[in-house]
Amino acid sequence: MTVRDALNSALDEELKRDEKVFLMGEEVAQYDGAYKVSKGLLNKYGDKRVIDTPITEMGFAGLAVGAAMAGLKPIVEFMTFNFSMQAIDQVINSAAKTYYMSAGKVPVNIVFRGPNGAAAGVAAQHSQCFGAWYAHCPGLKVVSPYSSEDAKGLLKAAIRDPNPVICLENEILYGVPFEMSDEALSDDFVLPIGKAKIEREGDHISLITHSRYVGVCLDAAEELAGKGIECEVVNLRSLRPLDEETIIKSVQKTGHVVTVDGGWPQYGVGAEISALVAESSAFNYLDAPILRVTGADVPMPYAKSLEALALPQPFNVIKAVKRSLNVS
Amino acid sequence: MLSVCFKSIRPVNRSWLNFSYQLVNNYATASEASFETNPCKLHKLDQGPSTNVTVSRDDALKYYREMQMIRRMETVAGNLYKSKIIRGFCHLYSGQEAICVGMEAAIKKEDAVITAYRAHGWSYIRGVSILGVLAELTGRVSGCALGKGGSMHMYNDNFFGGNGIVGAQVPLGAGIAFAKKYTNADEICITLYGDGAANQGQLFEAYNMAKLWNLPCIFVCENNGYAMGTSLDRSSASTTYYTRGDYIPGVQVDGMDVLAVRECTKFARDFVLKNGPILIEASTYRYSGHSMSDPGTSYRTREEVQEVRERRDPISKFKERIQTSNLATPEEIKKIDQEVRKLVDEAAEQAKTDPELPLEELYNKIYYQPPSNYKVRGCDPSILAPST
Repeated sequence: MTVRDALNSALDEELKRDEKVFLMGEEVAQYDGAYKVSKGLLNKYGDKRVIDTPITEMGFAGLAVGAAMAGLKPIVEFMTFNFSMQAIDQVINSAAKTYYMSAGKVPVNIVFRGPNGAAAGVAAQHSQCFGAWYAHCPGLKVVSPYSSEDAKGLLKAAIRDPNPVICLENEILYGVPFEMSDEALSDDFVLPIGKAKIEREGDHISLITHSRYVGVCLDAAEELAGKGIECEVVNLRSLRPLDEETIIKSVQKTGHVVTVDGGWPQYGVGAEISALVAESSAFNYLDAPILRVTGADVPMPYAKSLEALALPQPFNVIKAVKRSLNVS
Repeated sequence: MLSVCFKSIRPVNRSWLNFSYQLVNNYATASEASFETNPCKLHKLDQGPSTNVTVSRDDALKYYREMQMIRRMETVAGNLYKSKIIRGFCHLYSGQEAICVGMEAAIKKEDAVITAYRAHGWSYIRGVSILGVLAELTGRVSGCALGKGGSMHMYNDNFFGGNGIVGAQVPLGAGIAFAKKYTNADEICITLYGDGAANQGQLFEAYNMAKLWNLPCIFVCENNGYAMGTSLDRSSASTTYYTRGDYIPGVQVDGMDVLAVRECTKFARDFVLKNGPILIEASTYRYSGHSMSDPGTSYRTREEVQEVRERRDPISKFKERIQTSNLATPEEIKKIDQEVRKLVDEAAEQAKTDPELPLEELYNKIYYQPPSNYKVRGCDPSILAPST
């Protein structure tokens, strides 16, 4: 099952399960979604529950938050998360903070979802990871699925969660097929938010990563395995809350850490994990400094060769692993 | 109340008090009275609210009491601020009381309201106690948000704040109206903003969707003449705010007349349930500065403020009306004034002396139903607090 279909079935099942759930966004209904994630849902649930909005991100994000404050469970699709910047005040100041500001009187049950991070050939304004932006903010939960199973389980969990949840999907992964377990095919399959997954076990080094870069790490790990280096690949699945326990356990086991994410390096996901490990009991288990593999510290260029150079690739991971382990 | 023994209609002709009244009893207190209000200006409407309004004695006394309560509460809040017991932001509603009192009188408890940062009056009228407001301002546990929200973040059932981001409450209000429609509730949302916020882009986004989907939303521009220190003719290319919804019908009402506001809101409530959104511009005035750090004198004259107080004050005007029409005697008014003063002063005392929340509450109510093992980091790595 592709990630796209997994997301579609998550939406379908949750729309079916709860009348209060509705999907809203640009082109989600008649057009079937700009990336076809919501394909067929308008026909199934009608225009009361699957709603095309005008191109008006701040407006519809705010409107959806208001609907959530009044007790509904909106799912807002940003055509891409790049456009969520138009709406970020409503996401943070209205959705994330209201429960605290009201001392618990006004919960906000809402999901903001859509493709995040760099796609291909779409240049600077459309190629950016918002993981660090949203995961910075208390009151929000942030999930970042990699596989189809992740996508379905995390999106369903996000919709059922009574808090504002950001679901950062990845456009490049939409068309990628993954095996689905029987369990994952069930209507009741929900993954816990805040729990990471060990995608590959290994004793020599921990690769801590999320989203598309789980795949990059798995490729690197495969290549390194041929050289006798066993990488443990930690798929974070959630950026907030972070699964500190799984991270720390893995670091204690391997003593070496490379973080891998597609965001910019400064104040990013890798930076947070580095600080977390440095402050934790796992620090004493480290045999080498933590290294970060991240997107390059540049706005995304359009040209293909430059674009490739701006995003982490397996060779970047392999280089960092070798440096950490001091092997050539 | 009393059976009708005598009725008379005496038109009274004064330049700023344009009303007539009916005496139900010539000697005792009247049980109801009717008044002529100033006609509303209309946009894309053939007919507006009635200019002939009737008010019962009980309601008149209620409105008077509510307006006085808010006026007194704000005076006390201003004083608490000056004595440094209230911190940070504090935007007073004095001068604008007729709007929230008149609107509340025209809607149901189940209807929703969301407003901007000048939220004290609205919080009170939506059911937060005087203590709930004042203690929120002093940051104490008896505040309506336990002291976590402060001046701009007060909430109650069907009252969604208080929002500190100018204009951000407007799409939220459209969304609350969306929820009312989605659940087939026969209810509406009043969404308020000021003449300053009227220029925020997201208002126009909200207007558009509200009209596209015919949401039962009353957009209300409380036009007090100044966006902070910028007068409306310096901020707005069009100052006829009731027309700025373009394709959304609009009404301009005298926001200093509680009965006109009530009548207009009744009209608007019926309208939005049938037709989708409407825009009300309520012309009003704020006596205080924009906030406590603004003496409110650099961009307007003291004379201007004084003139409004003397000629347009919503409370004095209403007091005179209900006394002249024999809905209340001066003694009854005086009694209400005394009660209000006592109640607010007592609440203020408690708001000063109640404790703040226990310190561990810093870490609570970040997430609704957090996992049982959820911990929140404090300011240094040694602090990992449980959170509920």
